[in-house]
Amino acid sequence: MSDNDFAIKINKMHKWYGDFHVLRDINLEVTKGEIIVVCGPSGSGKSTMIRCINRLEEHQQGDIIVDGIELTNDVKKIDEVRREVGMCFQHFNLFPHLTILENCTLAPIWVRGMAKAEAEEIAMGFLEKVKIPEQASKFPGQLSGGQQQRVAIARSLCMKPRIMLFDEPTSALDPEMIKEVLDVMTDLASEGMTMICVTHEMGFAKQVADRVIFMDAGQIIEENKPEPFFDNPQNERTKLFLSQILH
Amino acid sequence: MSEQIREYELGMHPELPPPNRQSGLVKWVMDNLFPSVGSGIITVICLIFLYYVIPPLFNWAFWDSVVFNATSREECYAINDGKGACWAFIYRRWDQFVYGFYPEAERWRVNISFILLAMTLVIVLAEKVRKVKGIMWLVLILPIICAILIPGSELLGLTPVPTNKFGGFMLTLIIGMTGIFVSLPIGIGLALARISSLPIFSVFATLFIEFIRGVPLITLLFIASTLLSYFLPPGTNFDLLVRVLIMVTIFSAAYLAEVIRGGLAAIPRGQYEAADALGLSYWKSMRLVILPQALKISIPGIVSSFIGLFKDTTLVVIIGLLDPLGIGAAAIADIKWTALGYELYVFIAVFFFICCFGMSRYSLYLERKLHTGH
Ligand SMILES: Nc1ncnc2c1ncn2[C@@H]1O[C@H](COP(=O)(O)OP(=O)(O)OP(=O)(O)O)[C@@H](O)[C@H]1O
Ligand SMILES: [Mg+2]
Repeated sequence: MSDNDFAIKINKMHKWYGDFHVLRDINLEVTKGEIIVVCGPSGSGKSTMIRCINRLEEHQQGDIIVDGIELTNDVKKIDEVRREVGMCFQHFNLFPHLTILENCTLAPIWVRGMAKAEAEEIAMGFLEKVKIPEQASKFPGQLSGGQQQRVAIARSLCMKPRIMLFDEPTSALDPEMIKEVLDVMTDLASEGMTMICVTHEMGFAKQVADRVIFMDAGQIIEENKPEPFFDNPQNERTKLFLSQILH
Repeated sequence: MSEQIREYELGMHPELPPPNRQSGLVKWVMDNLFPSVGSGIITVICLIFLYYVIPPLFNWAFWDSVVFNATSREECYAINDGKGACWAFIYRRWDQFVYGFYPEAERWRVNISFILLAMTLVIVLAEKVRKVKGIMWLVLILPIICAILIPGSELLGLTPVPTNKFGGFMLTLIIGMTGIFVSLPIGIGLALARISSLPIFSVFATLFIEFIRGVPLITLLFIASTLLSYFLPPGTNFDLLVRVLIMVTIFSAAYLAEVIRGGLAAIPRGQYEAADALGLSYWKSMRLVILPQALKISIPGIVSSFIGLFKDTTLVVIIGLLDPLGIGAAAIADIKWTALGYELYVFIAVFFFICCFGMSRYSLYLERKLHTGH
C-alpha cells in the first residue's frame, strides 16, 4: 500500500519533553474506516501520542503522515490536517461564552468560510444526530457532562472530518452518562469514520474496535484484534493491566 | 458538655412554635439595621451623624445657595450672608469650564463633537444598536471626525484652533476618551505580545510594560512637555496636547496589558487546544475564543484602569494644560471670585463622580449580562 491509502501512518516516531523520553519508536498504520482503541496505564503516553496526530504536540523524530499530508513545522500543512481531523477531549473544552449552536458553527464559518445559514443547518443536523437539538440555544454551562461531550462530538463533526480522535471522552462523566456518549461513538463507527479512541471502556472496545493497542512507558507494547487481545494477551504487562481494569 | 446544654429531660423536647416568618418594613429594619445589639448601636450612631451632616449640607448646596443672581462673591454674600454655596461663580464661568478658551464663534464644532462622541458611546455600549450591521465602522469614523473638527484645518475651511486654547471638560473628555479608546487595543496587543512564545515580542512587551508602569504618570507628562523637545529635531512642532495624549495612552495601555494578561492566564489550556484542534488560526482563535473570555474576566480591572485614567487627566494641569482644575484655579484667583474653593472642588468632584460611577455601574451590568454559566 502507498502512503495515501492510510488515514494515518506513524513511522519510528519519538518525542521528548525536555529530557523525558515520553514516546519511543511509535509505529502505527491506520487504514481508512478503521476503529482503533488505545489503552494503557496512566502516564504511558496515550494522550501525547494522539495529540501528535493533530500537532497539539510536536514530535522530534520520525514521520507522521495524516491523510497524505506529512506533519512538519509548516503551519499551512498543520492547518490542513487539523481541518480533516476532529478531536474530543476528556473535559469537553466547549467554548463557554458561545451557545451550543455557535460552538458548532464557529469553525465551519471561520475556517471553512461557510455561510452562516448553511453552517447552522449542518450544525442542527449533527445536534439531532447526537440527540440534543433542543439545547441549541443554551450555553455549555447549562448542560450536563454527557450532553456537553455529545455537543463536543457534534462540534467536531460539523467540520466534516475524515478522522476523529477521542482522548478519554467518558472518563470525566458519571456512569449513567457514559452510555449516551458511547452510543454516539458507536453510531459514528458504524458509518465508516476513521477513529482513534483512548478509552478504558473495554465493552466499547470489544464491540466496536477493529484493533486494540496497549501502550506502556511510551511504547506500543501489544496490538491485536479485540478478541485475542482480551482473551489471550501475550505480554506480561498487558495481562497485568487487563487483570487490574477487568477486576 | 451535652448535659449542660440540654435544659429538658431526655425525650421531653419542648413543643416550640415554628420560627416567626414576619415580613414587611419592620422585619426589614430589624434584619438590616438592628440584627444585634452591636450593629444596632452602630446604626444609631450613623443616624445621629447623618442627622447632623445632611441637613446643613443640603442647606448649603441647595436651599441657601445662589446660582443666577450674582456676578461676584460679594453679591452672593449679600444675598445669603455666606451661609450657602455661591454657584453663581460656576454659572458665570460655565463656558470656560466646558470649552476652556476655545473661540466662541467656533464652539459649534465642539458641540457637534460632543454629539458625535455621545453617539459613539451609545453604539459601543448599547447592545441593540451594536448589532446593526456595519455600524461598528462608525465607532472608528466618528472619533476621527471629532479629531478633525475640533482642531480644525485650513483645507476644510475650518479655522484652526491651537490646542493651547482647549480646556475645561472638553479637554478632560478629549484626553480621557482618546486614552480609553486607543489604549484598549494597544493593551490587548501588549498582553498578547507579552505571553507570546516568540522572545522578540515577549521581551519587548515586558520591558515596555515594566518601564511604563515603573514611572509615575506625572513624570511621563513632564517628559512629554519638556524633555521630548530636546530629542526632537529642532524646528519640529510637535503639539503638546498630542504628546500628552500619547503619554496618557501608553501609560494606560501598560496597565491594561497587565490586567488583560491576568484574564488570559485564567483561560484554561483546553480552550486554546480546542480552538487549535478545530483548525482556527492564531488570530481567529484569539479573536473568537480566547479574548472574548479573557476580556470578560478582566472587565472589573479594565474599568478600574479606565476610571483611574479618567481621573488622572487632572494631572495635566501641572504641565500647564487647562483642564477643569486649571480653569477653576484661574477662576478663584480672580478678585471677584476669591475664596470659592469649596464650590469649585465640590463641582469638579461631582462631575468626576458622575462619570466614574457611570462607568462602574456599566461594568457591573456588562458582567451580569455576559455571565453564561450557572
Ligand atoms: N507538557 C508536558 N511536559 C512535561 N511532561 C509531560 C507533559 N505532558 C505530559 N507529560 C508527561 O508525559 C507522560 C505521558 O503523558 P500522557 O498525558 O500522554 O499520558 P496518558 O497515557 O494520557 O495518561 P492518562 O491516562 O493519565 O491520561 C506523563 O508522564 C506526563 O507526566
Ligand atoms: Mg491522557
